[in-house]
Order: sequence, then structure tokens, then C-alpha cells
Amino acid sequence: MEYKPVIGLEVHIELSTKSKMFCSCPAEHFAKEANTQVCPICLGLPGALPYTNSEAIDSIIKLGIALGCKIPEFSKFDRKHYNYPDLPKGYQISQYDLPVCLGGQWTLDNHKKISITRVHMEEDTGKLIHRKVNGEKVTLVDFNRSGVPLVELVTDPDFESPKEVDEFLRDLRHLVRYLGISSADMEKGSLRLEANISLGRVKGREDKRVKLPDYKVELKNINSFKFLQKALSIEIKRQSEILDSGEKVNQETRGYDDYNKKTFSQRSKEGSEDYRYMPEPDIPPLIINKAAIARIKKLIPELPKEKQMRFKDSYKLPDNYVDLLVNDQDRADFFELAVKIGKAQGIDSKMIASAMLNNNLDRSSSSPADMVKKLVEVTKKDYASQAEIEKAVNKVINGNKKAVDDYKKGKTNVIGFLIGKAQGYLKGKGEVGLVRTELLKRLEKK
Amino acid sequence: MRPPLSIKGVQGDLKEKKYNCTELVNFYLGQAKKLNPTLNAFTTICEDFAFEKTKILNEIIQTNPKAFEEFPLMGVVLSLKDLFSTKGIRTTAGSEVLSDYIPPFSGTVVNKLEEAGAIIIGKTNCDAWGHGASGENSDFGPAKNPWDTSRVPGGSSSGSAVSVSAQMCMASMGTDTGGSIRQPAGFCNLVGLKPTYGAVSRYGVIAMASSLDTVGHLTRFAEDSEIIFNVIKGKDGKDGTIKDQYKENKALNIGIPKEYYGLGIDREIVELINAAKSKVKGVKFVEVSLPHTRYAIPTYYIIQPAEVSSNLARYDGVRYGKSRKAFGDEAVRRIMLGTYVLSGGYYDAYYLKAMKIRSKIINDFDRAFEKVDALLTPVSPTPAFKLGEKNEPLEMYMADALTAPASLAGLPAMSLPVGFSGKGLPVGMQLIGPRFSENVLFDLGKRYQEATDWHLQTPNL
Repeated sequence: MEYKPVIGLEVHIELSTKSKMFCSCPAEHFAKEANTQVCPICLGLPGALPYTNSEAIDSIIKLGIALGCKIPEFSKFDRKHYNYPDLPKGYQISQYDLPVCLGGQWTLDNHKKISITRVHMEEDTGKLIHRKVNGEKVTLVDFNRSGVPLVELVTDPDFESPKEVDEFLRDLRHLVRYLGISSADMEKGSLRLEANISLGRVKGREDKRVKLPDYKVELKNINSFKFLQKALSIEIKRQSEILDSGEKVNQETRGYDDYNKKTFSQRSKEGSEDYRYMPEPDIPPLIINKAAIARIKKLIPELPKEKQMRFKDSYKLPDNYVDLLVNDQDRADFFELAVKIGKAQGIDSKMIASAMLNNNLDRSSSSPADMVKKLVEVTKKDYASQAEIEKAVNKVINGNKKAVDDYKKGKTNVIGFLIGKAQGYLKGKGEVGLVRTELLKRLEKK
Repeated sequence: MRPPLSIKGVQGDLKEKKYNCTELVNFYLGQAKKLNPTLNAFTTICEDFAFEKTKILNEIIQTNPKAFEEFPLMGVVLSLKDLFSTKGIRTTAGSEVLSDYIPPFSGTVVNKLEEAGAIIIGKTNCDAWGHGASGENSDFGPAKNPWDTSRVPGGSSSGSAVSVSAQMCMASMGTDTGGSIRQPAGFCNLVGLKPTYGAVSRYGVIAMASSLDTVGHLTRFAEDSEIIFNVIKGKDGKDGTIKDQYKENKALNIGIPKEYYGLGIDREIVELINAAKSKVKGVKFVEVSLPHTRYAIPTYYIIQPAEVSSNLARYDGVRYGKSRKAFGDEAVRRIMLGTYVLSGGYYDAYYLKAMKIRSKIINDFDRAFEKVDALLTPVSPTPAFKLGEKNEPLEMYMADALTAPASLAGLPAMSLPVGFSGKGLPVGMQLIGPRFSENVLFDLGKRYQEATDWHLQTPNL
């Protein structure tokens, strides 16, 4: 039977705002001593109230605009209730029916469009730490992460292969970093992935449309892009085997075990959990007017895809050079500055890109101007002329019969010795590449 | 020594150095210690805390000639309902669940009061979490009405009303979600202000139902109510619902909403209010209608428990040292009700519907305020009832019938002493104004109190 994967994504992005979502504690919590960045608000102490961080709202609007979402004028926060020790209020402040961003779109390299269902704002939870204290197994709670702004992005189930998922996620991470709203670091947990996947039956040989499946499997707690790709591939195989044998695939949440290269059941999901969503009465609705959107649009820098196009057009660089430069926003900026400075000094963009990408010259330079200076020095070095090189090579060939014979017998490593001799005649002013080329030309000829 | 009953009276004495703040606190503490065993007004008396403060204030009065201008509450001895989080002072919410909880922070209002020169002498008893209209739902035993100790003082700000009424302090801070300041003020012959929703920060006040909760106070004089309100109102960058939309309103026409004078209201209460009408010159009384009034209680008892169930979710037994078994019956009842109405499949039928009716109640008021500048109503259907008299929850819920509508609409309302029943029990009237029209309520209240002396009468203790 022929199947087509139907995959949707849920991505959590922790924002890199200065303070938390609803209080003034620092939002950066990675590797900080437990419970050192907490206050009555993020601890949910009796009487504390949330107060919205406008930087976080600006950040999610930036992301929404970059993903082509609608930003409705009216949106609101809701309380999502569940009990867990890392959730100090017994509810998470999130958004239910009126999120900040709705209905965006992302185009993949194969021109396929992925619909973004919604992007909403919420707060992160604390963290449980399982540890032995005085020989006793205990569970401790660290609230440093509690209340850190979190953006949740949900896509339609538009992906048809793990490869498409991977491309989208790389684009998204890139985008988020360009926008400067998150480090989007999987290792630090500032980017978290969940995928739901099911297999649809292809209707017929001619009609390649897919009948939407009546189940979905959620893949959770996946630690890297690579693992997600693997887990999705393994899931496709597992589900198609079940379907081929005429069985039904269980609706459930599964994790991924890279050691055994398997996905495994975490909990079955028959009905949906009842979170008793309720409008958050402590926070007035967000009114995002046209002026606010215009203001935020101005804060959005040139985005990766646009920059890629421009670099190809205006610098005439090979694709792999463009990708490498655009991947790193700082490096791309460095490059552009260097090109501007280099222009007056006769250093072209290719030379600059090559110096950066092949020799990492930017890493050892204090500024673009410094790097250009180095390049100028190199190019202006007083090299021996082609005529001088030919003369020197001639002398070497004639004066070192034994070495020349050795070379011809196959001892090609004598070339170094011959180059050294030639450089002796040239007082070291020969450009090594040219000397070698000239030597080889003569050696092959005879 | 027995200090005057008003803020200005006490401040006049302090200026004239008839006594200092320490002696003043000594008087109130003496009252509190003498009467608290009978009246059960306080859950915690913070003597040391108060004396530390008086030392500072005495010094300021000695050295700063502008002390009374810079500190508008200089020498005002206050009690706080035990829902106000106070740094270093036990804060119980009237519940066993928090009976050992000492907060690491004080909220906006407490800080503002302290900075204005007020002296906090204790935390007052209340229905646990603010759930109740009699004070009987406190896990620390009920407070007693100083006018008749076999009766309730009203609730949920029960201890607050008792502490002011029995002169254990000058004024008391309370919270009003459905009538919890106005009703006990009415039962204890006091002025009770429930400000506009969004006028006074709720930061640091333990939440009952967040879309209805307001922070207000109980005093003897409308003038004192105004002095305190001017200190505590305004934006604080902590409560996102705070606005600042005051208008200079004048009270010319006062509406009499007929629905508030219907069945179940004691005749003598209606007569006392009718007699009060002639006391304020220059205002006209007009009959108006608020047709959705009778839906206020059913609506209130959907929205309020829904929010209660959410706000109490944090007391999950992991922190604060007490298990969930420590919740009393009324809290459990509201958690169950609220959880039910928010559950999948019921939300639309209950919560959403209640929100729609809430809009209709708001519209009623809006329409009335096109014609009139304030409304005059009774506070409660009866004067203070006997302890243990209302043992059916529903019966108790009906005590909010005349106060809950203004809460649902977020309007400012004030209860004022209007006389005494045949049995000698205090009776209150309620003034309700448009949003942010507190100035109208203060103006009417002050003019009324100039013409009457009901509020000057104190219980025989």
C-alpha cells in the first residue's frame, strides 16, 4: 500500500527578553543557581499578579510578521489549568482562542507552502530536579525558568517528509536568530520540538491525493533536529507496517530512543485533557493597533531569505559562499562592511569572501577595516615576476640533474627541494604556487 | 484618654501634642486586648511592628514641620483584613491552609499606606478566602457584632468592621468582591467603600475572584474614606487592570432603582432610607429600573466560583505546609462549582452565558446613568442576623443580592449609616455611581453626614 506522511509541528521558542513574561526577574536562566531568579510573581505567591512584559509582545509580533501572519487588533490571555509541582499557580498563563498571530505561511525551497496555524504567547514553567539528598531520593523544584516568555508556534499538517520538517526548522531557527528574539538553542532548551505524524492512504495510481488519517501520533521530548528526522523516519516505517498488516495505529504520545533507534510509547491519548481554559482576568486584553505594527515592522532587520537573494545578486558569489555568510548574521555584516571598505583599495568581494571562509581571516582581524588592511598587504607584496621565475626554474632544472631524474623515476617529493632551490635564486620572493606550476611544467615536458 | 473618631480629629491632637503616636497606639491596643477575646476581630495583633513605626513617626512629627502635609495618613492606626500580604507578618486569608504562612512581601496598598504615615496594628479575621457574608466561614472562629454579640458583623470583611466599630483602630482595609466591605459596614454602623474595579491595585491582596475583587476600606466618616482612597488609588505597574479615568461629576439626580426595594427587604430599612432622602439639599430623586437585577446572584455565583476555583489551584499541598484537606466546606463547595462550570462541555452553558448576562447587567447601569448621577439603594435586605441563623449556603448567598450587581458591573459603591432598626441594630444605605465617580459618592456622603449623626453613635461595650 502507498502512504503519504502527514506531519504537523508544534515548536516552543523561549524568548531572550531582558526580564520574564510577567515580572522583572531576569529571563536568562541557563546554568544559574536554582531559585536565585525568583520573586512573588513567578513563584505564584498569594496576592501576586502578572504584569505583561511589552518586549515579549513586540518579539512575538516580529515573528508573526516575519512568518506572514495576521496580527489581530484584539487578543487576550487565558488560564490553562493543570496540576504539576513545577506550575506554581496551578495554571499556566497562555492564549486559547485569540492568539497574537494567526494564519501565516512559509515557503520551502521546493516552493511548497507550509501554513502556520497560529503563534501564541505563554509563560514557561519551573523545572523538576530529581536528586539524592542524604541518601534519599527527592524531587526538587527550581523556579528560575518559571515565567520565562515562551512562544508556541503551530503549523498545519502540511509536511510530507522528515526532510521538509528539517528544512523548515532550520529556516525557523535562522529567522528567530535574525530577529534577535531568541537564542533558539536546542541544548539550552530555548527551542523545543513536538511533531504529530500519521500516514494517509494515497487514493489511487492517478489520483495522488491523500485521504486524511483519523489518528495522530505525537512525538515529544526530542532533543535535536537530527533526532527528530530520525524519529519521524522510524515512525513512518513503524506506522506503515502496522497499517499494512491491517491494524490500527494507536493515538498516543511517543518519545525517541536514539540508542535503540526506536520510538516508544509514553502515554496513550484517548480523549483530550480538560484544561478548563478561562479568560485571564488579571491581564487586560492586548490591543495591537496599526501604529504598533508599523513601529515593530521598522525594527525587523533584513531576513535570511532576502539577504540570500541580495548576496547572490549583488556580490556574484557562489551559492555555498552565500549560504555560509548568511547563516551567520554577524559574519554577513562583517563581510558587507569589508566589501565596502575594500572597494576603494581594489579588493573584490570574492577575495574577501574567500579570505573569510577559507582562511577565517575575519576571526583573526579586529574589524572589517583591519582585515582589508591585511589583504592589501598580501596583494601588494613585492613578488618576483613571471620572467624571473622562469629564469630561476631554468637554472634549477639545469643545475640539479639528480633530483630531476629522481622525480622522473617517480620520487615526486623532490619537488619541495626544487622549489627551495628556486626560491634561493629568487631570494624568497617567488609566489610558491607559481614557482611550483612553472617547475611542474618543465619537469613534465622533458 | 479616648482619641477622636476622625482622622482630622486625631491629627489635630497630634499636632497640638496632646499625645504622641505611641500613646495613641497604646489606646487602640488596650481596646483590642480588652475586647478581642469577646469579639474575635483580629487573627494577629502586631504590637512590636506598630511600636517600631510609632518611634519613627514621633521623630518625624518632632522634626518635620510639614509632617502632616507630607504624610497624609500620619498617625492613622489601621487594621488590615487578613487577605493583605504583609512582609514578615502572618497572613492567613482566614484559612487553616495558610495558618503558618509568613509572606516575604507586602503589596502596593500596604506599602502606600505605610509610606503615608499609617500605623498597622493587626490583621483582621474574615471568612476564609473572603467566602461569606457573615464572618462565620473563618477557620479562626466567627467575629462578633459589637452592637449585639449574638449577631454576625457581616462579611467577609468581618473583623475589619468589628475592629473599627469597637475603636480598636481608626480605619480598616478590606476587600469587596460581592459586598464584603459594604455589607459589614452596614451591619456595624460604618462607611464602607468599594472603589471602581481598576481604581486601586490588587497587587499583594490574596485573590478571591479576580474580575470582581476590589480593595477598599471601612471608616466612620465619608471624609476619612476619601482621605484613604486618595492615598491608595492609582497605577502601580503591578496590577495591569488599573486605570486612571476620573471625571469631575456632580450629583444632581439620584436614581431609585425599584428592583432594589422589592420583596424581602425589611420595611423599616426602606423607611429609614426614605427619611434620609431629605437630608441632602439640592438633589432630586428619580425612579429608575435595572431590569436584570434579579439575575445578579445566579450570574455572580457562576463567575465568582469559576475564578475562585482557578485562584485556589495554587494551594495544591506542595507548598505552604498544609494539605488540601485543610480547606473548609465553603471553599470546597466553590472549588467544585467553579471547576464544574469551567469544564469542557459546560463552559458555554454556564460561564459564557453568565458573562453574557453580566453584560446585560452592565447595560442596565449604563442606561440608568444616562439619566442619573448616582443610585440609592439598601445595602442588605435585613440588619445583622444571628450567628448560626443562616445555615443554608443559598440563603447566605442571597445576602449579596443588593451588592453583587455593582460588583459585576465594576462600579464604585459606598454604604453609609442611615439609622437603627427597632431592635437597635445599625442599618446602611448604598450609593452606587458610574465608573470612577468616587468623588460623587464622597461628596454625597460628606454632605449627608454633616446633616446626620448616626455615624457618631458607638456600640456599648
